[in-house]
Amino acid sequence: MAQVIVVTSGKGGVGKTTTSAAFAAGLAMRGHKTVVIDFDVGLRNLDLIMGCERRVVFDFINVINGDANLNQALIKDKRNDNLFIFPTSQTRDKDALKRDGVERVLEELRKTFDYIICDSPAGIEHGAITALYFADSAIIVTNPEVSSVRDSDRIIGILSSRSRRAERNEPPVDIHLLLSRYDPDRVAKGEMLTVDDVKEILSIPLLGVIPESETVLRASNTGTPVTFDGDSPAGRAYLDAVARFLGEQREMRFVKPEKRGFFRVLFGRA
Amino acid sequence: MAAGSLVQGALFTVMVVRAGQLRDPGFEHELARQIERSPRFFRNAPVVLDLKGADGFAAAAEFDAARQALRDYTLILAGVQNATPAQVDAAAAAGVASFAPTAAQPSRPRAEAPAPPPPKSLLVTQPVRSGTQIYARGGDLVVTAAVSPGAELIADGNIHVYGALRGRALAGASGEAGARIFCSRLEAELVSIAGRYLVSDQLPAAERGAPVQIALVDDRLTITRI
Repeated sequence: MAQVIVVTSGKGGVGKTTTSAAFAAGLAMRGHKTVVIDFDVGLRNLDLIMGCERRVVFDFINVINGDANLNQALIKDKRNDNLFIFPTSQTRDKDALKRDGVERVLEELRKTFDYIICDSPAGIEHGAITALYFADSAIIVTNPEVSSVRDSDRIIGILSSRSRRAERNEPPVDIHLLLSRYDPDRVAKGEMLTVDDVKEILSIPLLGVIPESETVLRASNTGTPVTFDGDSPAGRAYLDAVARFLGEQREMRFVKPEKRGFFRVLFGRA
Repeated sequence: MAAGSLVQGALFTVMVVRAGQLRDPGFEHELARQIERSPRFFRNAPVVLDLKGADGFAAAAEFDAARQALRDYTLILAGVQNATPAQVDAAAAAGVASFAPTAAQPSRPRAEAPAPPPPKSLLVTQPVRSGTQIYARGGDLVVTAAVSPGAELIADGNIHVYGALRGRALAGASGEAGARIFCSRLEAELVSIAGRYLVSDQLPAAERGAPVQIALVDDRLTITRI
């Protein structure tokens, strides 16, 4: 049974697209046929992060409007046969997202994919609402700081009341917390909120903690989802999160300040 | 003698018979049956004759005949309604009063079920997220979870939060000065009772994070530990 997962946050710039790419890649690496869809019409980034920006011919809006079919728009990832990208339009804006068109596309995708990841735009307007409307599960990407937590709280409220499941009184959307850009040293100094602080305020189950890592910037610059980078702590944390999502137990890593070896201190963080 | 004490108004329920029915043998038969069943109800009962759409009755004699016809059934002609000016005059000549047209009467009294009383208190068991507004109209609001910053609780009655109150709470929203706010952890952005309010900055530091009740005393909000 195909599952639609929305990756959202309310706040901008917290790591939604990074997470959508990493999570989709992680699920594909586990053998599941996965498609990741860019809902940020007009400000598309997913194609860059996935490294397929030079292969975009047709997009989500073309398919919604019937100008192209799904197969013409879906881009297969070169690194993993299970992974597909559905880019969006850069020339249009979010008004182009017609709810019935989106529904039709998702229904068609459900027939062939195990997981459909919706990369939501920031905000709580039409684009973000459309991205979350059809979701079965949600990953709320939150940074350990007050504005992000406030905005995440808001989007959780909206998910609980304005998703299709909420409107039809069906079992509610399965909401998970993903804490990203977590820096244990700064948390220890009191500059950032702790995992427990955020869990207490948001009251949703924790899916994973992704450490702040330079490998993320490197990954986006090279168009590689960070989970494909075996050396990246963030990549490994995402794989842990994927495992937990699939029902496995994983200890929460990267939440304590590292013990710094001599060379680490000398040459700085990896 | 003051005019006010001369005449008093009163309401009476009176049977109305349509003029057309008087000439209808079927009506007379039915009336006879009813009277036989409850003679006392009909004995000397007043009747108003409804002249709506009735032609004739332009002469006093017709009213005398009507009066007699009703008398045969132990009924008394008390007046007419919906009479044309000419009919009014004729009735008066026969000593019969004219009533002002009445509004349409319900065909039978409706047994109204009493409206269910409004709910006394609204219970919320899920966290109240930022941006959510809840209004407990006419009663109390009880929340058994945390209230996030940016959320608003409003009640005409009291507000109880069995959790951290981090948003706004406005009790006595329609002016009830006796309303109170109760919470397990005071971290509110704003508290208000009947329009008087305090913002977070104005809350006493000693009570921050504590279980308190907030009441309006002498027009000032007081916060006491519970």
